[in-house]
Parts: sequence; structure tokens; C-alpha cells
Amino acid sequence: MTDSIVQVRNVSKAYRRDANSVPVLQNITLDVPTGEFVALMGPSGSGKTTLLNLIAGIDRPDTGQVMVAGTDVAQLNESQLAKWRATNIGFVFQFYNLIPVLTAFENVELPLLLTSLSKSQRKAHVETALALVGLADRMDHSPRQLSGGQEQRVAIARAIATDPQILVADEPTGDLDRKSAEEILTLLDRLNKEHKKTIVMVTHDPHAAERAHTVRHLDKGELQ
Amino acid sequence: MKMLSIIFRNAFRHKLRSFLTIVGIATAVMAFGLLRTVVGAWNTGVANSAENRMIVRNRVSFIFPLPMTNRAEILRVPGVSDATWANWFGGQYGDVNDFKNFWPRYAIDPDTWFQVYPEFEVPADQLKAFQADRSGAILGAKTAAKHNFKIGDVITMNGDIFPGTWQFTVRGIYHGKEPSTDETAMFFQWNYLYESLKQSSPGRDLGAGWFVLKIDRPDDMAKVATLVDTMYTNSRAPTKTESEKAFQQGFVAMSGAIITSLEVISFVIIGIILLVLANTIVMAVRERTREYAVLKTLGFTGRHVLMFILGEAMIIGMFGGVLGVLLTFPIVKGFASMPMAFFPLNGVSLGTVVLALIVAGLCGLAAAAVPAFRAARMPIVSGLRTVG
Repeated sequence: MTDSIVQVRNVSKAYRRDANSVPVLQNITLDVPTGEFVALMGPSGSGKTTLLNLIAGIDRPDTGQVMVAGTDVAQLNESQLAKWRATNIGFVFQFYNLIPVLTAFENVELPLLLTSLSKSQRKAHVETALALVGLADRMDHSPRQLSGGQEQRVAIARAIATDPQILVADEPTGDLDRKSAEEILTLLDRLNKEHKKTIVMVTHDPHAAERAHTVRHLDKGELQ
Repeated sequence: MKMLSIIFRNAFRHKLRSFLTIVGIATAVMAFGLLRTVVGAWNTGVANSAENRMIVRNRVSFIFPLPMTNRAEILRVPGVSDATWANWFGGQYGDVNDFKNFWPRYAIDPDTWFQVYPEFEVPADQLKAFQADRSGAILGAKTAAKHNFKIGDVITMNGDIFPGTWQFTVRGIYHGKEPSTDETAMFFQWNYLYESLKQSSPGRDLGAGWFVLKIDRPDDMAKVATLVDTMYTNSRAPTKTESEKAFQQGFVAMSGAIITSLEVISFVIIGIILLVLANTIVMAVRERTREYAVLKTLGFTGRHVLMFILGEAMIIGMFGGVLGVLLTFPIVKGFASMPMAFFPLNGVSLGTVVLALIVAGLCGLAAAAVPAFRAARMPIVSGLRTVG
């Protein structure tokens, strides 16, 4: 499948706990076509987040190959990986992970500080991203002045500020009430459909998984 | 928004904690500045020593006088352009248990002393009046101000080394040419001491406590010292001739243990600054491990994280340093006005200010180095798992 933006080939990963090696992923192969919205489901400890981390380039496989957006992620050094993430990946976390001392605007601006954009260009990007998530009127609010749903929307705006091809979301609705979760899922759906973002989402929630085009199940480190 | 803005906001994220840390550092820097100033004041005599002055004293001990006839002989030594002399008077003024009443008192030659010590600046009319009055005295501006002595006032003292009741009329007030020049001394005519002693203790030989030589060329000091000391090798009062700096250093060396203690304490203070700051930074980094991991997911590198943490520590350190330096000035001023501050505390030197700020800044870097490197090297996945 040559149009796959994510190609995971025979990947295995184990963590060391004291003297023991605990296998987390075993011989995983996965393709995510460009523009796809994939949900990864499975019980706790099944390796969902580990697989997501490998795709996002924040962890390295023990064996196998992870090609994302045409790059063999495991071949990059730390600084190349950082640059690659800044350009290609947008992260959405379960607990939003906004910087509490920065306003919504400044949180979204953070990844843009690493680009060569001018101040006015950055401002335009941030305003567009915040408008897209429906928070144009909350730019100067600090995270503690926002609800959980709003914080997650700011986190999504931050994730798309640099216009990456892929969004990785780790339980993006896990800390939200049903209504806010719906809003976030709708937003992700829009980003996928209207802005052609490839989304890989880890979730426990079958309702959230329904919004994805494809659902893949992991169990004991193996894709079902 | 710039990176510096993020560093600044992080530094003051926990306002109370940052405030307490800054106050802790400021207190330590203030103590450091005060100690350095005191050590500096101790060495003021050495620092203020002229390059062209030498001291001739009795080789056996400072307390044994030299014959007055030496002066004429010494003046004939090649390279010596002038020579004056002085005796330590001592004396007790008012309540002897009150340290405020102590200031250095010297019997000097009124005609030559101020030629050899041009840094003691006396108005010409006052010097003339002093030279014309056998019981006249010239006071340092600080001592005059401290005791509110004015020209024409009579100062009565009891002698200890030279017993009796002594009265001096203030004829002049000198000011130091440089801020570091001692302005606490009192000078009166050697002849007054000599003649009074002749009456009260006829058998006592006064002599000169020490001679001060003015040298044409500082390079000649070794030669002059050899020539002078050779002249008196076999006399009843052999001499020791040395540069004024060496002479002052001899005095400072007597307090060597105290100075060393003060210097050790000032380094202990640097350790305290390090610990105060390190404690704050370690706490801050631990709380924000997850945030640093998030920043890395956004494309920030370990180097950025290093910069954020070191920058934060530097800011807190420098705030504490600047506040500490600002506090040092009034503390030194207050210390200088205390009666027991018998050595001249002439304010905080630029060197001390710079050193204190460098210490605060470097302590910031050193205190944050370990947690910063750890955070910079921590794998993102481990950081994201951390519960801050």
C-alpha cells in the first residue's frame, strides 16, 4: 500500500522492569492510509499507547521499521526527530497538557516558536487555529480559566498550529464529560474530513471509536 | 512571546516559593558582600600603601623607639628624598569601655608628615594653624563628625603609654584624597609629646616610633633598605626597613586567622546559596517533568529544556544577587557606623558587587546543572508517564 502515510512493519517492543523484559508489542504490522481516521482499541497494557508513541516518533522500536510520512523514524537522531515531530506530528493528550503559565494564545503559539515565521505570521496561524476549534474569544484566557473541553480544544489548536499531516491522540476524550467528548470528537472528525488530517487515536471508549473510519484492536501486544 | 518570556514566567510560577528563594539568596549574598567588604577593609592599609614610601622601624620590635639622629643620616642615603617620623600615642578618651572613643592617635612631625602623606588633605590655613600651635591636632573627618569635634575644640585625654592628662586643640580636619583613605586618625605635634615627657618623665627617651621615607624611584627600595639597615647593624637600635606595603602586610598577617576564617565563611555562604537555589530548582523540575516531555513532543529539544531550566535558575539567582547587593550597601553603612568598626569601611567596592553578582549567577547555573541535564536527557515517554 504505497499511499500509506504510516507503515509499521514487524515491530516489536519490550520494556525493562528491573531485571525483567516485558514484551509490549510483538511483530506488529500496520498501515494507515493518508487521510485515514484510525482508532486503536484494546484493554489496558495491550500496547496501544506504545504503538502510538512509535508512530509519533517519541519512542523507538526494538525491531522492525516505522515509516511515517516517508521517513524511517528509527533512523533519525534526537535532534532530527524533534524537528521531524515539529513538522509532521500534532499531539493531543488525555490530560491536555497545556502550560499553565501561558494563555491559550501562547500555548498554541509554542510550536510555532520553533519555526522561522515572523511574529505577525505566528499570530495569524494561532488565530486561525483557535478560530477553527471555536475559541477565538478565549485567546487571552489561561488554562485554569477554561473548562476541560475548552482546554482540550486549545490542545487540538496547538496540535494543528504547524499544520502537521498526522494527528496522534491518546485518549483525547478520556477526561471529559459526554458533551465535551462529543465536541472533541466532532472537531477531530472535521479536521479529518475538511482538513485532510490523518488521525491515529487511542481510545477505550467504543463510542469514540465509532467516529473513526477504521478500528484496530490490540491485545497482549498483538494486532487482532 | 519569546523563549525568555517563558523562562521568566516559569521562574515566578510559584510566587511565594520564588520570593522566599530570592530572599534566601539575597540574605546570603548580602552576608557574602559584607564579609568581602570587611576583608577588603582589613587590607585597606595594604591597598592604600604608596609605591614610594618605606618604613624604618626597630628590628627587635615595633615598640622600641629609634634614635632621632637617624633621620639626618637616613636623609643622606641615595634615593631617599624625604623622611618623617611618628609615634603611636594610644591614650584614653571618655569612657574607655565605649569603643566609639577609640581612634588612632599619632605624634608626628608637623612640617614633614603631610608632605610624605599627600593623601591626607588639610586646608593650607588649617595646616599653618596646626604647625603654629604646639598642642594642636588634626583630626580625620570621620572621627570629627562622629564626635562632633570642631576647629577650636579642646580634646582632653588620659595617657596610657605616656601617662598624664593631655589636651589637644583641634586646628584642622583632614579629608582623604581617595574614598578608601582612612579618615579616622588624629595627628598632633611630636614636640608636644617630647616636651611634655621631658617634664613629666625626665629620664624617658622618646625617640621615633618609626620613620617614613619618601623614595625617588620605587625600584630603589631594595637598595635603600639594605643601605639603611646596614648603617645600623651594629648600633644599639638595629633597624628593619621595608616598603610601606610590606609593613602594612605585617599588620594584616597578625590577623591572618581571622581573615582566613572570614574568607572560609564567605565560601560557606556560596554553598548556602547553592543549596537554597538547588532545592527550589529540583522541586520545580520535578513538578514540571511532564511539561518538559510535552515540549519535546512539540519539537523542542533537550537543549531547549536545558536552556529553560538553567535560565530560570539564573533569573532567580540574579534577582537574589541584585537584591542582596542592594541590601549590602545599607548594611555596610550601618556596620561602618558601629563603634567597634575601627577599620575604615569605605562602602562596597565595585569588585565586591561584581563578584557577588557573578557568584549568584554561577550558583544559579551550578544549582540547576544536574536537574537540567537530567530533564534534558529524560526520554519523552518517561516524562509523559510522570505525575507532577
